[in-house]
Amino acid sequence: MPTTAPPAAHAFTDVTASDSTLRRFLHGLPGVDTVGLEARAAALGTRSIKTTAKAYAIDLAISMVDLTTLEGADTPGKVRALGAKAVHPDPTDRTAPTTAAVCVYPDMVAAAKEAVAGSGVLVASVATAFPAGRAALDVKLADVRDAVAAGADEIDMVIDRGAFLAGRYLKVYDEIVAVKEASGAARLKVIFETGELSTYDNIRRASWLGMLAGADFIKTSTGKVAVNATPANTLLMLEAVRDFRAQTGIQVGVKPAGGIRTTKDAVKFLVLVNETAGTDWLDNHWFRFGASSLLNDLLMQRQKLATGRYSGPDYVTVD
Amino acid sequence: MASEMVSAKASAFAYAPAPESRSVVDIAPSYGLFIDGEFTEAADGKVFKTVSPSTEEVLSEVARAGEADVDRAVGAARRAFGKWSALPGSERAKYLFRIARIIQERSRELAVLETLDNGKPIKETRDADLPLVAAHFFYYAGWADKLDHAGFGKDVRPLGVAGQVIPWNFPLLMLAWKIAPALATGNTVVLKPAETTPLSALFFADICRQAGLPKGVVNILPGYGDAGAALVAHPDVNKVAFTGSTAVGKAIARQVAGTDKKVTLELGGKGANIVFDDAPIDQAVEGVVTGIFFNQGQVCCAGSRLLVQESIHDELLDSLKRRLSALRLGDPLDKNTDIGAINSAEQLARISSLVEQGEAEGAERWSPSCELPSSGYWFAPTLFTNVTQAHTVARDEIFGPVLSVLTFRTPDEAVAKANNSQYGLSAGIWTEKGSRILAVASKLRAGVVWSNTFNKFDPTSPFGGYKESGYGREGGRHGLEAYLDV
Amino acid sequence: MSDKPKNTGKKTEQKAEQNQRLSVFKTYKLYVGGKFPRSESGRVYEVTDSKGQWLANAPRASRKDARDAVVAARKAFGGWSGATAYNRGQILYRVAEMLEGRRDQFVREVAEAEGLPKSRAAAQVDAAIDRWVWYAGWTDKIAQVVGGGNPVAGPYFNLSSPEPTGVVTVLAPQESSFLGLVSVLAPVIATGNTAVVIASEKFPLPALSLGEVLATSDVPGGVVNILTGGTAEIAAPLAAHQDVNAIDLAGADEALAKELEIAAADNLKRVVRPQPVDYFATPGIDRLTAFLETKTVWHPTGALGASGSSY
Repeated sequence: MPTTAPPAAHAFTDVTASDSTLRRFLHGLPGVDTVGLEARAAALGTRSIKTTAKAYAIDLAISMVDLTTLEGADTPGKVRALGAKAVHPDPTDRTAPTTAAVCVYPDMVAAAKEAVAGSGVLVASVATAFPAGRAALDVKLADVRDAVAAGADEIDMVIDRGAFLAGRYLKVYDEIVAVKEASGAARLKVIFETGELSTYDNIRRASWLGMLAGADFIKTSTGKVAVNATPANTLLMLEAVRDFRAQTGIQVGVKPAGGIRTTKDAVKFLVLVNETAGTDWLDNHWFRFGASSLLNDLLMQRQKLATGRYSGPDYVTVD
Repeated sequence: MASEMVSAKASAFAYAPAPESRSVVDIAPSYGLFIDGEFTEAADGKVFKTVSPSTEEVLSEVARAGEADVDRAVGAARRAFGKWSALPGSERAKYLFRIARIIQERSRELAVLETLDNGKPIKETRDADLPLVAAHFFYYAGWADKLDHAGFGKDVRPLGVAGQVIPWNFPLLMLAWKIAPALATGNTVVLKPAETTPLSALFFADICRQAGLPKGVVNILPGYGDAGAALVAHPDVNKVAFTGSTAVGKAIARQVAGTDKKVTLELGGKGANIVFDDAPIDQAVEGVVTGIFFNQGQVCCAGSRLLVQESIHDELLDSLKRRLSALRLGDPLDKNTDIGAINSAEQLARISSLVEQGEAEGAERWSPSCELPSSGYWFAPTLFTNVTQAHTVARDEIFGPVLSVLTFRTPDEAVAKANNSQYGLSAGIWTEKGSRILAVASKLRAGVVWSNTFNKFDPTSPFGGYKESGYGREGGRHGLEAYLDV
Repeated sequence: MSDKPKNTGKKTEQKAEQNQRLSVFKTYKLYVGGKFPRSESGRVYEVTDSKGQWLANAPRASRKDARDAVVAARKAFGGWSGATAYNRGQILYRVAEMLEGRRDQFVREVAEAEGLPKSRAAAQVDAAIDRWVWYAGWTDKIAQVVGGGNPVAGPYFNLSSPEPTGVVTVLAPQESSFLGLVSVLAPVIATGNTAVVIASEKFPLPALSLGEVLATSDVPGGVVNILTGGTAEIAAPLAAHQDVNAIDLAGADEALAKELEIAAADNLKRVVRPQPVDYFATPGIDRLTAFLETKTVWHPTGALGASGSSY
């Protein structure tokens, strides 16, 4: 299975031929009933994951974390600390898995690369005038190229929500295609900022739009708005990648980001993955958590499982 | 990447057993009848065993009521009626509020008990049955002192002694549906739980005791059909309420002919779940699954007929099969179990026989690969495709986890097929087009219509059927009428 | 009928004396599917006044007439139940208008049948006309009185509405040939049911004349079907009929009522048992609600958007 596909290399070539065909296609996708979707997400949230299953889920979740710092106050020092944490999340237990990646702004990519060198931990960078995305395309592309040139393995782009909400889907599509091209070998995560798209119908449309344009991952949020990843919007995106693969053979990853802070939350998301997209997605190549504080909670729960005692914040690192 | 995917698959996310603790419930080795506030043996000393359908383990030995016991219980209810009905409504209300609160306090215990005796998943008893039971008592408690405002005139009066016979599929919830409105309106009660699920009603007797309910107001008679028939026939019973099979419902209707007994019947169904091509498809799949596999399909209002628009038949069936493959069947006490045990060997035999008939008539049978436990009563979730209106599995109530899939081409045809049944209890509509929901809902001959949802229940929402699904409504303001002399 | 009339007939005498001309008799016929057929059996029976004087020959409906009436009622059900409540109200009011115009005829028929003085017969007819007006007004109100929204504990809009049960067999009261008849028929059709009426066995003529009024009052054919003859004979197949949804036993005696209620259980018909009724009193809504089903429809509501709504 190819990890990426050039846009228009699949069954939907006609769909992206014009603004109107794209619009017709996206609006022809099945609707989403809000109450039913949320009820399903809540029902899966009642799964009881204990003992061996919990241990498996915690390690899997740690391995799926894109350990993130996206602050104006970020410094190389802060990023180095983050990188060290990604490589050895639990200083007291070297059996803890590494995280999938660290996620930083483009100007911090070089520092991050250095911090994780040789560990297998990837460096992801938010680009395209993150988080608002309100810049000209060439500025966004320059942002992407900078990050890639500095060694980013993955690019987390934001879509133009304004264009999307105005119904200019082809503009959004073209921009993703352009960013994908500029990303080169780096895997592209496309952030929809689901909280701003507002409706589940929009989230389903955006998911298909992103996948048609060649996204390697679809990602909920920037973490910078009021509502970020939720079980329901992630469930919906998992349905989208599932259906997309069924129709095209192309597998796309999913990354919920923002607001996932506890082990309990993370395990619920893994249950969503397991019972919606299936086990093919239970791997950090196909599912990620965009998070920062989540990691420490996962580690404390991991310690609890190992020792039988509840852990505390003094037994994990504050970075 | 392929190797990574394989390795991910190999370490699949296997949920470890997560059993709810059985120790929260203490089941005595034997139980009596609950008459006039006391537990007592049956007059003829008969007993029967109640087993856990998931393991066939005997849970307890229970006194089996006979005609003499019915007479005794009705006598107790009659004696209690005068004082109980004369209480100010506000006082009756407080008893019901007490009962509601005690149910909430003991809900975990009752959920485990119900799961043990019935075989349904703890997820359902915990998240559906018990919350609804408590809510039902809360709802009707509030009516007790407001009956003059319920739209049935001033100074409405209770009927007297209510004889109530309930089924095994939602033992405690059906008890709540029967007892809460009866007591709120000032009637006294003799209730017969089903012979396969007597325990939660007997625990309810203890809750009545804890609540200080006056003796004789609620009497519980575990027993078989003969006790139910004796209760219905008893000349001093003023009101008969029955939930169960249509065949028994008809027998009751004949039995009370020529008397002045008031009757409500909640009987069988063959609910149509209609999925249009513009449905919210993922939610529709969930609704179809909930519609027929909730409580192993042992639900009178189950959506046991899937009517799918021909243009999306294949797509929907693929999704449905994929979804069914994710259902988890097994230990009902495990919190992750979706499908529990069939309630009894008799019911399992009935389901099996109807399914065999479906196959013999040429319908195509499909089940996900799923391992059934070696002891207990189990039936895998089952789909029938290539079903027409003429197939037995499209007409008869199976009362099990068996879905018959039929197709239609136009809304008119969908409605015609949905209504083409002697039953008329429930129906579902799945479409994103609002006007179509309203148009189809108004044409369906069914007492409960769920649009873009299914199997939702609420104490404020009247429930009951058209045609051979019975008469009368339970729940809501409408549910009061069955227990008032109006 | 093989028996010859025992006398010359009261009507004939009166008319002959007053007008010095031979009057034209009315042939009383059944009213089925908007048409006026004779009984399929070809049989009639003699209807006399309270003194035993011949009034007319009434059709003796057979079980096949009953079957035809059910077919007609079922056929009419979709249109009648689907009509707007306002429209049904207009039509019921029209029945009252038409009756008012033929008031004298009904007063005479009721007086002759029940052996009442004219003034008391007139009171019956007036009350019956007023009853049509009363029920005409109910058509578009009953749903508001007995239906409504239910505040369920969840993100759902939940509405209960009354709907007509379907085809209703009505055994009209035996003694009150017109007021009683109207009092049991009008509530059945006001809500959108269609009716198969078995008229008072002894006093069938006002019922048959009512059929003529209904036919000219915009009541669609088949909505009301009127049969005359032996009540028990006609009622038995109707009580057992699988395509009849309900039965009002007002005109049955105790033994017949029990027998019919047992037969009605075969398809779980809604049954209204006979009970003493003062037909002059303003009725409650019991006879309306007896033939109504409650349909409850659930619709998800939920938040406006995926991120929840703050207002």
